[in-house]
Amino acid sequence: MKRQSVTTIIAGGLLLGCLAASIGVSQKVDAARGDVMLQDVLYIPSPNTIKRLSLGYNGLLADVYWTRAVQYFGTKHHEHSLNYKLLSPLLDITTTLDPHLIVAYEFGSIFLSQRPPEGAGDPQAAVRLVQRGIRENPKAWRLWYHLGFIYWQELHDSKTASECFQRGSEVPGALPWMKVMAAALAQNAGEAETAQYLWTNILNSTTDPDIRANAERRLIALRADQEVTILQEYVNRFEQTKGHAPENWFEMIQAGMLRSIPVDPVGYPYQLVNGRVQVAKPDLLPFITKGLPPGNESNVLPKMP
Amino acid sequence: MIGRLWAIAYSTFREAVRDRVLYNLIVFALLIVGAALLVGQISIGIERLVLVNLGLTSISLFGIVIAIFIGIGLVSKEIEKRTLYTVLAARPVRRWEFIIGKFLGLVGTLTVNAFFMSAGFFAALLYLTHRFQRADADLLVAIYFILLQFVLITSLALFFSTFSSPLLSAVFAFSLFVIGTFADDMRGFAKLTEGGTKWVMTGMSYLVPNFSSLNVISQVAHSVPVPGHLVLLNTLYVLAYAVAVNCAAVLVFEKRNLK
Amino acid sequence: MTALVQTRKFHAQVISRAGQKAHLAGMKVGTIAYNHDELTMPAIETFALAKHYNIGFWRKRRKDALKSLTLTVEEGEVFGYLGPNGAGKTTTLRLLMGLVYPSAGSARILGKALDDPAMKAQIGFLPEQPYFYDHLTPKELLTYYAQLSGVPGKDRARKVDASLARVGMSESAGIQMRKFSKGMLQRVGIAQAIVHDPKLIFLDEPMSGLDPVGRREVRDLIQSLHEEGKTIFFSTHILSDAETVCDRVAVLNKGELRGVGVVADLVSEVSGQVEFVWTGAAATAEIAALGGKTHEASETFRTILTQEATDRAIDAIRGAGGKLISVTPVRATLEDYFLSKLGAGDRDSQNMQEVTR
Repeated sequence: MKRQSVTTIIAGGLLLGCLAASIGVSQKVDAARGDVMLQDVLYIPSPNTIKRLSLGYNGLLADVYWTRAVQYFGTKHHEHSLNYKLLSPLLDITTTLDPHLIVAYEFGSIFLSQRPPEGAGDPQAAVRLVQRGIRENPKAWRLWYHLGFIYWQELHDSKTASECFQRGSEVPGALPWMKVMAAALAQNAGEAETAQYLWTNILNSTTDPDIRANAERRLIALRADQEVTILQEYVNRFEQTKGHAPENWFEMIQAGMLRSIPVDPVGYPYQLVNGRVQVAKPDLLPFITKGLPPGNESNVLPKMP
Repeated sequence: MIGRLWAIAYSTFREAVRDRVLYNLIVFALLIVGAALLVGQISIGIERLVLVNLGLTSISLFGIVIAIFIGIGLVSKEIEKRTLYTVLAARPVRRWEFIIGKFLGLVGTLTVNAFFMSAGFFAALLYLTHRFQRADADLLVAIYFILLQFVLITSLALFFSTFSSPLLSAVFAFSLFVIGTFADDMRGFAKLTEGGTKWVMTGMSYLVPNFSSLNVISQVAHSVPVPGHLVLLNTLYVLAYAVAVNCAAVLVFEKRNLK
Repeated sequence: MTALVQTRKFHAQVISRAGQKAHLAGMKVGTIAYNHDELTMPAIETFALAKHYNIGFWRKRRKDALKSLTLTVEEGEVFGYLGPNGAGKTTTLRLLMGLVYPSAGSARILGKALDDPAMKAQIGFLPEQPYFYDHLTPKELLTYYAQLSGVPGKDRARKVDASLARVGMSESAGIQMRKFSKGMLQRVGIAQAIVHDPKLIFLDEPMSGLDPVGRREVRDLIQSLHEEGKTIFFSTHILSDAETVCDRVAVLNKGELRGVGVVADLVSEVSGQVEFVWTGAAATAEIAALGGKTHEASETFRTILTQEATDRAIDAIRGAGGKLISVTPVRATLEDYFLSKLGAGDRDSQNMQEVTR
């Protein structure tokens, strides 16, 4: 009996020790390998080959690649990387393995098209992906919406965008606001309102956490843009009446033009530099187009002539 | 102790050889020769790639299948056939020695098997490319990682064999192999979850054997070298994991009534 | 009686609950002469050794495979462990061999704990219906076992050959065992139990699966091992085997020890009956008048009568014209002892009678 319990104690101790060690080393291995996990994307770039290699378990494998795509984007985004070159192949493989995984097309439409570090900055790849999604899922009217969105927001092609919304609104089951969007874009309605409307719809129509977070930041940026526009108008009016630009917000409060110091949506007071309204932390508002300090570039592509 | 471990290990090896387990080498030889002849004729520029992928994948898969099919019976078959009685009952053999001896014996068998396969593979590679290149040294690393895979899967099959029927053990061991192949993705998935699920998933993803980091076949097929510290870390990982699983097997077996 | 016991170099000491109840034939527990000069370490000691299993999947019921066994086997004796199938013989052996763990109680072999490797090197074990790696030849198997038992390399081949010769397997030593019959496996099993020259040998049903010649050979082998001074503990349900080779026997039924006795004492008992054998005339009527029954086999007649009827029976046979061949007092057999210990009327013991006859 005694001998047996000695064995039990030694084996039990070794078991716990080695298990802990294996977990520790495993984490080191993961760190040492980095992107190696995505090696088959690099070595078997053909989605169809992977589909054949999946031996019929493509649904499961699609989920695996979907996880990898999200993981890849999440990690890169966290690092503020400017390079997302594997995102497109990963989403291609995912949607080839499971052509009906709508969320993958939606994810791709946003994060392939947005400019780095908020996406891969490849709107053409996004357009190809979503077009394929529409071919595979003719009933998914929302994909038309995403396609229109890319054309309007990233490619600044309101005409094509309007057509996309129109086509989508003709799909049975499409919500009526698709028609509203088509009309609004056709008439070149106020850009900010349209954008707000679009992003609110995206926010309310998806559960994907990455897409939601992105939409929220977009909406915040739109609010900041609106606020900057209004504040700048006030500043300009102050300058017109007083003959000089306000040094700070207190001057404007004294003049009765503001009630308090204006604060941006991420919680920092707006800055007033030489009569120009700026945001304090442009990094926290990656999608704003207005109020950027000099040297900072807008993330949204400049409007095409 | 060393003598007894050696005796049990050698007897395990001899049983595998007598059961004609190494016949798979013939199938492998035919496969690799056929592949070498075929790809030499039809593929331009990617002969080496195809041959390396096919050869190393076969070495790995043949070994995994053998490891599972022998491993699952190592203990349960001996209990069922009562061959264990004459080994453990009236001999100065401790139960843990029996487990470890069996483990070493099967790993040895798989190593010999892999050695012959690798020899055939390199011969085919030489036939195809006419001379070895610098990058071929990385193929040895890939084969070494395949051996590490064998160590993992053998320890798992043996562990299940100590308390479960061969069929169930095979199912368990094979499932863990498949899950372990996607250990990376499990970790990725765990990161996407929240709260309790995240905790459970992360724990599980580190408990399953990490086969994914041991698969560098496509990497070396593209002549991308494997960093030296990864070789070291993987070795340490497999050692720790295999020792842990063997300890679990010993703990279970030590407590068992061998009816 | 006492003298008889003293002449043997062992003594019996039974303190089990069952043993205390058991009234051993003419021999009272604890009264055996104790000779200190001859005191040797007991080969096997068990104290209240018990094993129960929980059977059934849903409602676990407790099944007692062995109930509180207290038994001592001295060094140098051949000890028979008797009982019907399912009595707990194999359970006892598996407990002693450390294959299963006791639910209660303890045991020592050669004065050592059951998992002591030093002790294990000095014992041999033949399991019931042994089975071996059938891809091996007997020679390879025994070499492997000798290695495990720590037989030095230089002695190994010699000891393997010797033990194979001893069980008459020299000619088949190089054939893979997958082709072997049950009897041949039994022989290999005995060879592996003695290959490392153990001091104490456990044999579980060593004669099963053997033909009469084989049984005889195994009996002779046990005798010769005994003469070499080895202790042998063997279980059997074949009483004639036990009667010929055992010094002492224990009777076990339903997991309980029913009695322990010295074989020589048990069988020297005169039963008070006499057997008559004669030829010529059947004398059926005369014998029947004395309360006996005549059996005929190839013109030879046979009957058993009480001792008191001896004279009248002889007269009756002669009177009928029969020619008397023998008049022999009937001795008690181990079987009688065995059956009395199992308990008359017990259904199991009736099954047992069928087995023994």
